[in-house]
Formats: sequence, C-alpha cells, structure tokens
Amino acid sequence: MSLSNLIQNWNSFRTRRPYEGQYDDAPYKWAMVIDLDSCIGCNACTVACYAENNLPVVGKERFGKGQAMHWIRIERYWGEGDTMTSEFPDHGAQYLPMLCQQCEAAPCEPVCPVGATHHSPDGLNTQVYNRCVGSRYCSANCPYKVRYFNWWNYPDRAWPNPLELQLNPDVTVRSKGVMEKCTFCMQRLRAGMDKAKTEGRILADGEVLTACAQACPTSAITFGNLADKKSKVARMWKNQQVDLAKDSQEKSEEGIRGYRILEELNTYPSIVYLERVRNLEA
Amino acid sequence: MSHSVHSHPQLDVQVERKFIPKQKDLGADVTWAKINKDVLKSLEKPRPVFWVIFFSALALFSFGVYCEVYQYQNGMGVADLNNPQVWGLYIATFIFWIGMGHSGTLLSALLHIIHADWRKPIYRYSEAMTTFTLLTAALFVLVHMGRLWQFYYVVAYPNERWTWPNFTSPLVWDATAIGTYLTSSLLFLYMGMIPDLAICRDNARGARRALYRFLSMGWQGTDRQWANFKVAYMTMACFLMPLAVSVHSIVSTDFAVSQNPGWHVTSFPPYFVLGALYSGCSGIITLFIVLRYVFRFEAYMTQPILNKLIKMTFAIAMVWTYLDLIEYATTWYGSDEVAKADLIYRATGDYALQFWGMIFCAMVMPFTLLIRFVRHNYVVLLIISLILNVGMWLERFQIITPTFAKSHYPWTWTAGWWPSWVQWGIVAGSFGWFTMLFMLYCKIFPSVSMYEVKEMVHEQNMEEKALAAQTDVHEAGLVPEMKGGQA
Repeated sequence: MSLSNLIQNWNSFRTRRPYEGQYDDAPYKWAMVIDLDSCIGCNACTVACYAENNLPVVGKERFGKGQAMHWIRIERYWGEGDTMTSEFPDHGAQYLPMLCQQCEAAPCEPVCPVGATHHSPDGLNTQVYNRCVGSRYCSANCPYKVRYFNWWNYPDRAWPNPLELQLNPDVTVRSKGVMEKCTFCMQRLRAGMDKAKTEGRILADGEVLTACAQACPTSAITFGNLADKKSKVARMWKNQQVDLAKDSQEKSEEGIRGYRILEELNTYPSIVYLERVRNLEA
Repeated sequence: MSHSVHSHPQLDVQVERKFIPKQKDLGADVTWAKINKDVLKSLEKPRPVFWVIFFSALALFSFGVYCEVYQYQNGMGVADLNNPQVWGLYIATFIFWIGMGHSGTLLSALLHIIHADWRKPIYRYSEAMTTFTLLTAALFVLVHMGRLWQFYYVVAYPNERWTWPNFTSPLVWDATAIGTYLTSSLLFLYMGMIPDLAICRDNARGARRALYRFLSMGWQGTDRQWANFKVAYMTMACFLMPLAVSVHSIVSTDFAVSQNPGWHVTSFPPYFVLGALYSGCSGIITLFIVLRYVFRFEAYMTQPILNKLIKMTFAIAMVWTYLDLIEYATTWYGSDEVAKADLIYRATGDYALQFWGMIFCAMVMPFTLLIRFVRHNYVVLLIISLILNVGMWLERFQIITPTFAKSHYPWTWTAGWWPSWVQWGIVAGSFGWFTMLFMLYCKIFPSVSMYEVKEMVHEQNMEEKALAAQTDVHEAGLVPEMKGGQA
C-alpha cells in the first residue's frame, strides 16, 4: 500500500461491511452451521483442532489460570428450566462449540493498531502473526472472547522431542507475545483453492473441510462456501432464514432454529447455530 | 486598613467602602536577590530527606526493572493475565499516569493565558511533572505489549513495503497524541527554563556551568530576546491547551469506541479529561508539600497559593464527581441491559471493595478540603492528596477489570481475578521511576521559575504603589518601599 494508493482508495477503506449481495460475484465466502441438537460435547473437534493447527497443550495449572489455547472450545451450560435433583441437571448439560465467528463486521479488526488482523476477500477474519505486536486490543474488543494470546513461549516446551515431529508442517508455530485464533483451517482452504485455480474451477462443496467439521462424529458442524448458492451450508442458511447482511432475522414460522450469537452487537457472524430442542416434560 | 469615600451619582448617598487587603501570594521579604539565592541553593544542598526519597525511588525502580526483565524473558504469562483479563494493571496504570500529566499543562498554559499570576512559583515543577508522568505512561505502553521489541510497528514510519499502522485503531491515535503531547510539553518546559538556565550558568562552575551554558543557548536577557521569548512562549501555551484536552479524550476513545459494557459510553472524553485534571491537581499538591520541605521553598510555596490550588482541585473534583454520577445514571436509566448488569456487578461483585474505595477516596475525601485545618496542616494535606490519587487509581482499575470480568459472553465470566506480583512490581517500579526522575530534575534544574517570580514581585510592588497613590496621603506611610534592585 503506497501513499498514492492509500489516497486513491480511501473510500474502499470506509466501506461498511456487510452489504446486500456482497459475495454475489465472489467465488468464495466461508461459513458454517453448527447444530446444537447434534452436538454431544465429545470434544473431538477440539482435539482435531489441536492436532491440525499446532496448538500447545498448556497444562492443568495454566488452564486453571485461563491461559488455555483452544481455538474451538466446548462450553457446557445448564440454565433456566433445569431441575437439579442431583449434582447435575436432570436433562443433562447443553453444549456449545465456540470458535471464532469470522464476523463480517469484526470488532477486533478496526482496533488493531498495526492492522495485524483484517478481512480477507473470501470473508475470513485473518491474523498476521508476523505483524502482531501483542497489544491485545482485539481480544479486549472481541465479544465472544475467542482470541488466544501466547502468554508463554510454547515452542520451548510444549512439544518435547520427539513430539515436534507430529507438528503440522503447513501451520506456523507461534512464538510468545502474539495473538492467534481460529482460521477456519486456512492452510487447507488455501491449498484447495490453489489446486482448484490451477484446474480452472472453483472448489466443490465438501472438497475442503475444517478439521473440526471433519472430526465431528455426529456431523453437527457443517462447513462450506456461502457464495455457492447450491452448497449445503448456503441451503441451510437459506432454510434457517438467516441473512448474512442483517442484524436481526425475521422467521416466517416458529420452530426455525437458526440464530447467530450476540447478533444485536452488529458483528454479523459467519456461523449459524441451530438451537437445541429440549423436551423438558420427558 | 484604608478606606475611601464614594458618592453614588444619582442617589447622592455617602457609601463607605472598606478595603481589606488580601493576603499576598508572596511575603514582603521576597526580593529579587533573595529569589536567585534561594532557588540556586536548591540545586546544591537539599535536606537529607532528599536522598532518602531518591534512593527509595531508585530501589523501587530497580525492582520494577527486575520484574519487567523477568516478564520479557518468560512471556506475559508471568503477569497472570488471561483470556478475558488481557490488560490488567498495565493499562489501568497507563491511564493513571497519562491523567497525572494533564494538570501541569493546565497550570502552566491555561493559567498563563488568563494571567493568573499565582501559578508562577509552582508551574515549573508541575510542568516537569507532566513531562515525567508522560514518560512513565509511555513505559506502560511498552510494558504491556506482547512483543515490545516490535513496538515501532505502531508508529507511521516510512518503510520499504509501505505498510502503515491501522489508522482506525484508537491505539494509533494514542501513540500519535501522546507522542505530540510529550514532545510539546518537553519543549514548553525547556523553553520556559531558558532565562533561568542563564542565571544558573552565571552562577555555576565546572561541568554544571558547561551544561547550563549549552542549554541556555546564549541567553543574555536583551530586550529583543525577551520580546521574542514572550511571543514564542505564549504561542506554545495556546498550542498546548487544545492538545492537553485532546490527549485524554483520545485515551478515552480506547474504551468508548469499543463494545464492552461500561466502556461504550459517550461521555467518556470529558469524564476522562476531568479525571485527569483531578488526579493531576492532587499530584501537584503532593509535590508542592514535598518540594516545599525538601528544597526549603517556604517563601515561594505559600499558603495563599496553596489555597488557590486547593480551590481549583476541589472544583475539578466536583465536576468529575458529577460526570461520574452522570455516567452511572445514563447506564442505570438506559436500555443497555448488559451495561446495567456490569454496573451492578461493579458495585456488588468481586471488585466492590475497589469500587466503594474509589467512591470514598475520590468523591467523599475532597470534601475534607473544605476544612480550614486540613488546608493549613501540611502533613494531613499530604496524606489527603495521596488518598485522592489512590481513589483515582482505583477508578482506572475499576474501569478495566470488572468490565473484562463480566462482559457480554457468559462463558468468560471470571470470579476474583487478581494480578500477580509481577504486575504489582512493575506498577510500583513506575512510581519509583517517576519519583527518581522528578527528584533528579529538581536537583539539577531550577524547579521554581526565578524570572517569573521576579515578575510577580514586581507586579505586587506596582499594585501596592497604585493602591498607595489612591489612598490618603497620611496613610501612604504604610506602604512598603519598592523592593528588589538586583536582577
């Protein structure tokens, strides 16, 4: 970005995202649907993510201090409507896999002092480790708190010999002092998109999956290209009557379960959750 | 006591008006020669307590450096920061120090523009306070960075790849605003010192003489130099005023532009500026009492001046209190449920002690300034001025910590998060660093402005002369002789 470029394209920096039809001409817009009814809280997605993205296992003590590095975490809730005759609620816990929501209007992006986090053309909220200075403003401003900071220098001790041999060679090992977060398995997407480009086509639906979607035993996580109207994820978004560019969704009938978390904050997340159906009388 | 008789033009009634002479800011025994002597003496042998303060500060600072090196080597994890609590004491103390830096400029620039002469004996050290608090605040920006060795990415510097900082980020505005403010206030401090540095040069020997000669840039005190100096100084003062207001407004946008409950408040900029002036003013009172004792400035830092300073502090404290209560009221009656829950959490949750401590120290304690005994007892006043600043520090703490502890997303609600010894060590070290620099400054440079106090003496004499001319010839004998003589 040169100075003249900056001046010429000033308006493009001021574009409000998202807008209607933003991805109509784009080849890709990555999005997800997570069905909470199918999620059994097994943590397979978390494990897959650790393996795929070289996440360090921080140990019990640091986990207790809140310094864990899980890009996708399974949250356990028992809330209103639960009767507690024993230590646990009678109808079991509710699980919610929480990962970076890849917001279209991400609160983390405008506040980064060095522009280390920004939006990619295919709708991802990316993090440039080399540019990050570790001000942690992005994390402070993230309403979902899904950004993880390298409080320690994990390459020092997280993978003692020979464990470093199992690291994924396609993913950087991050040093201390930088912020990191879910990338929607950027390395897989990149490889897939490059391959498709050389073959002169766009990626087919389901050709590339994120590690969490691939590992989920109940297929609770659906990943795909929202710009491709025929993809499974696009059809699910349409069926659930969720519009990427709207901050409140009108449903034509009750029982449509799709919602986006903290939508009222105008973050326009790329992940739709399907509400869990509970039969409290049973 | 003098009185004069006026007749009302229309009613033709004789009105007798009594003049009660106000207590002068400076005593009658302050002459030009004495000013030079006293201030130059402060550069030589202070009371022994100076060394106690200096070395305690050095020790604190060394401990802070140790903590920072430890953190640098091991990573930010040693500070016990975690996922929701990403900022901790570092940013809280950063705002505290930036705030402290505001009153110096208020005192030196605003009061200079409106010709409030009582500022003259105390503005120099207040300005030095501004400069050193800004240096301390700048340290916290670096200390809190995960990769402080890459700090220059935040600055817009020319580079091969034409990468820019992100201009939409309030942190970049911060870096720019603080950089500008630090440079200008340093320049303002230095510019105001030039005539005094020339006096030091004429009275010093050896290495000090060389230093002062270099810094006084050939000041001779000619008419032309004075005329230029006055214009330049006034221009700087006019430039600094809006700058000072803008800096803390910009710091407040770090919070106000974010979405977090308790931060997303429109009234933050004025609230922060007033809070800054408030803590700065109580800081000036603290240093007033310390310098007065340590460097024997009793003749210059007098009770009437202190009274005016206290009045100003009290007024600012009241405006700040008002703005703070307004913030709570708008949250309480507003429709943002999360912000309201956060407000209730602040007052009743894990950090309730800090919240009510702030209310007590920063909102209730200023009322003790109304008591005459407090204003005249320097030990009590010193303690109260410190308590006010503890209150302001707590205010910054409770802006940061409870908001992170109870933000929008319930999964990250933390209970009873507490910073580690590394954070406390660095915070303590920052106080050491500031005190050390400040004490060193007062030992090397004149911390009372000699030429401006002389102006003040001169103006007081002129006032008395004018008054004497008005009064009865028989009472003219009461007016003291024109003082001074030696420049």
